[in-house]
Amino acid sequence: MNRTVRGGLAIASTIALLASVVACGDDGGSGGAGRGAVPGVTDTEIVVGTHMPLTGPASAGYSKIAPATKAYFDYVNANGGVHGRKITYKIMDDGYNPANTQQVVRQLVLQDKVFAVLNGLGTPTHTGVLDFLKSNRVPDLFVASGSRSWDQPDKYPGTFGFNPDYTVEGKILANHVKTTLPGKKVCFLGQDDDFGRDSLAGVEQVLGAGTVAVKQTYVTSNTNVAPQIGAFKAASCQVVILATVPGFTALSIGTAARLGFKPQWLVSNVGADHPTLAKQLGAAAGLLEGMVGGNYLPMQNDAANPWIQLFTKVNKEHNGDAPFDGNIVYGMSVGYLFVQALQVAGQDLTRESLLKAVAKGGFQGPGLAPLRFSDSDHSGYGGERLTRVSGGTQAYFGPTYETDEGDGPVREYSAPAVTPPANGIPTAS
Amino acid sequence: MERFVFLTFDGLSRGAVYAAFALALVLIWRAARIVNFAQGAMAVAAAYVAYSVTAATGSYWLGFLAALAAGLLLGAVVDRAVMRFVDHTSPLNPVIVALGLVLLIQAVLGMIYGNEFRPAGTPFDRAALTVGGFAVVSPYDLFVFATVGLMMVALAWIFARTPVGLRMRAAAFAPEVSRLLGVNVGGMLALGWALASGVGALAAMLVIPTELGLHPNAMDLVFVSAFTAAVVGGLDSPPGAVVGGLVVGLVLSYVSGYAGSDLTPLAVLVLLLAVLLVRPGGLFAPVTARRV
Amino acid sequence: MSATRAAAPPERAATGAPADGRRGSTLLRHLAVAVAVALLVLAASYGLAPFRNFQLATVAAYLCATAGLTVLTGLNGQLSLGHGALMATGAYTVALCQGAFADHGLTGGWLLAVSLVAAILVTVAVGAVVGAAAARLRGPYLAGVTLAVAVVVPALTVTFDGVFNGDQGLSVPVEPPPLALGAYFPYERWQLWIAAAGTLLALVLLANLVRSRYGRTFRAVRDDEVAARLAGIHVARTQVLAFVVSAAGAGLGGALLAVLAQSVSPGAFSLTLSLFLLMAVVIGGLGRLAGALWGAVLLVVLPDLTHSVTELFTVSPAVAQRLEGNLPLAIFGITLVVVMIAAPGGVQGLLSRLGRELLARWPGRRS
Repeated sequence: MNRTVRGGLAIASTIALLASVVACGDDGGSGGAGRGAVPGVTDTEIVVGTHMPLTGPASAGYSKIAPATKAYFDYVNANGGVHGRKITYKIMDDGYNPANTQQVVRQLVLQDKVFAVLNGLGTPTHTGVLDFLKSNRVPDLFVASGSRSWDQPDKYPGTFGFNPDYTVEGKILANHVKTTLPGKKVCFLGQDDDFGRDSLAGVEQVLGAGTVAVKQTYVTSNTNVAPQIGAFKAASCQVVILATVPGFTALSIGTAARLGFKPQWLVSNVGADHPTLAKQLGAAAGLLEGMVGGNYLPMQNDAANPWIQLFTKVNKEHNGDAPFDGNIVYGMSVGYLFVQALQVAGQDLTRESLLKAVAKGGFQGPGLAPLRFSDSDHSGYGGERLTRVSGGTQAYFGPTYETDEGDGPVREYSAPAVTPPANGIPTAS
Repeated sequence: MERFVFLTFDGLSRGAVYAAFALALVLIWRAARIVNFAQGAMAVAAAYVAYSVTAATGSYWLGFLAALAAGLLLGAVVDRAVMRFVDHTSPLNPVIVALGLVLLIQAVLGMIYGNEFRPAGTPFDRAALTVGGFAVVSPYDLFVFATVGLMMVALAWIFARTPVGLRMRAAAFAPEVSRLLGVNVGGMLALGWALASGVGALAAMLVIPTELGLHPNAMDLVFVSAFTAAVVGGLDSPPGAVVGGLVVGLVLSYVSGYAGSDLTPLAVLVLLLAVLLVRPGGLFAPVTARRV
Repeated sequence: MSATRAAAPPERAATGAPADGRRGSTLLRHLAVAVAVALLVLAASYGLAPFRNFQLATVAAYLCATAGLTVLTGLNGQLSLGHGALMATGAYTVALCQGAFADHGLTGGWLLAVSLVAAILVTVAVGAVVGAAAARLRGPYLAGVTLAVAVVVPALTVTFDGVFNGDQGLSVPVEPPPLALGAYFPYERWQLWIAAAGTLLALVLLANLVRSRYGRTFRAVRDDEVAARLAGIHVARTQVLAFVVSAAGAGLGGALLAVLAQSVSPGAFSLTLSLFLLMAVVIGGLGRLAGALWGAVLLVVLPDLTHSVTELFTVSPAVAQRLEGNLPLAIFGITLVVVMIAAPGGVQGLLSRLGRELLARWPGRRS
């Protein structure tokens, strides 16, 4: 008796479970019902999704990017949208955990039926969904990472990058060493993954193999960098190039000061945002004086820059006036570029027309360096300009440089900067 | 040689904090037979209180005291409001509840303060002093050693010399007998939690400024190291926690200094296996009486 | 599902060992239930949207791991905080096998089965090593070692990045569904079939094992080591065996997850995963394989559910930024605490209790 009941109970609960899953399944079907053919697009709406770390240790700073992009879209929506369509931006938290990314991206694509995935953040997280997005033909635009994996037009025709890749950046930083700090002893600290590896490759490309005196790596799970910095000090390094995330930039500079070691720091744009670093260093923010970094978007403290004026206004009106920093500029620049692409794709929006619009390239926007998009090149910005912290503020100096990830030279890029359109919304031309 | 001295002192100053945090784990283990996985999150919460107080008053020391008070209070609250209601027949239930608390505390902190790093100040300079030509130890390191040392002396005194300490030990080792003798066992348990959580908060205050800064997950990695330290030393032994903490601190420092920072987890595993396969109850385990 | 019967009701366990002759019928009964569940899943795979198919497939993959952990922790009383690492072992083995097959131009659906078996074997080997160490340790000391094992996996992938490609991980080439199923056969349905088939097979084997002589020795060691020893049970050997069986489940689970995701990376198998697995089996109901099912379901559904709940709130952007991501975590945390306090036996314990009360109020059914 008892046994039958137990068995029955188990089967009944399994059926109840399945039924509940089925019941939940109903909400998925309503996605692009109005127009039929194109997922996520109706006459009045475009649904776009992203995956971002909003929680967990990797979320610091990054959690502000997607809300800023969303704020820019809200601004565009409030001004009539794009071709009469409002943009809905679905932000999914993956906590920088590739397993979660798998789930949330499938939810975006299969259930929410997004038109495209925009600005998915992180190399390990996004690498895992490349194949899935490809087989579902979902445009995968402006991936938020400088890995070279996004530039594989033959293998992943729908994937486009955004950030300058780490090698390009390494070359530009090394070029600064070569031209203005010749003969100095150069050392390198990089994250123990493609970020550090690619960056070092760029540095050695310009300075020559074997010229970097001490190379050290760190892992994000070990927050003690004293051994690495100690090794630099012991070798009397004069220039230290950092391919580090913001937390470890601050940690390295703080640790060096502790050891009485004061080299010239050259920092990747990933970890060179002055407000983020100053906030983390707190009272010790003065250590950042003289730090050279790279960047390719308008400086967040440059109140005279029309882009910053536009983004500040959008941030006030649509983003709850969140503390304005480089992450907000980044998020809004991504939003601007996406609206540009939508405008070019035209009234008859399909996934194919969007990808064609992006591949056409020639986008002019807030970025200082050229966007390289073409049929054969899916990498993002192709250059950077250097910044220096002086008197507690970070400002650009010198020309913008552009280069490639191969053995091409580092050249000056002199196209004039563009200003945003009067209403802050790009047009098709 | 200079590098060895440098790595040794660096490892010791981290080890001191691991020791303190491991001690907090040992205190709760001895009082309640629970490995408190929420220790890290609770300590971070106390550190955030210090952050707010310091931001409002401009005084590091007021913040420091606030963290200590918040730690003590949080420990008592967690025991009285949550752990007391947990079924202890399966040793896993409290562990799961503690893990639930971790998520809850970290999420609430994230909501209040945002998931970003906040600067954590230090009361003393962190620049290393030069002794005999070697840059070895900073005033802040000395402050860490002094604080951890004082705390251990204070704890030893409380447990060994005061009546309340005696009652706490009695309540932990023989709750039924103690109750019959008129000891408020529940109260002693709450006090034990409060003390442990206060020690944890202190450790967090000491270690967070030396790491990435204040963040809801700031103590996750420290927890792993401290738990390792407590296990190496033996969870029933306060001196074991101290020795374990210092050993783990040194091993981490030497391995990342001489071999590479990616190898530290492997070194920790090897250390644990080496110790536990010889002494399954940790370095300072009491001799087991029952062995069939 | 046969799972509820896994933990023998105490009254029957007390009557002594059942006759050997019944084992055959147990196997048959489990097979029958498995076939019924397979048909149910088959029907569901056609009735559900692709995303739900994928979720169900993920449940199946996690179920392998949670069932394995249930055998270890629930039936044998050994605590493991390192099952995420065992899952990673299975996942990386599948990735390396599939990658090698693809590099050598080998194709064919059966290759996946070879990779899965390889994954199980490699994980069993690793599990045996960890288990041998674990058999000497108890309670928090075992927790400490397994925790260290969980933390080692990401470090190894970085140290040997020539093989494992560091943080970025490896891709897992998996063939598309056979053409015989039609050109437009949804990929997610195919994934569900693979995962469900693997899991059902594993569960039938596990269910039989726990009902067998070995299952009884597992429980005997859990309940009282001294008594078990006196009864002639080799305690250490039993514990290693439980670890090995458990590792096999975790390895298959990890391998299936890798196949579903078509990629592996260390971030997916962090300490968090190990802790979540443990939460899942305890919340589901420790000691019964049915509890493992609830745990696996919770692992997949709860994050999704809490996310949907938080989407119901409409708040200003400033508040939304703070709640985003954090509110689901808070809800998850509170759920864990409340369930553990209100229902220490987990979901399955709660259900059994409800079932018994229902029976008691239904006089006609009382025998």
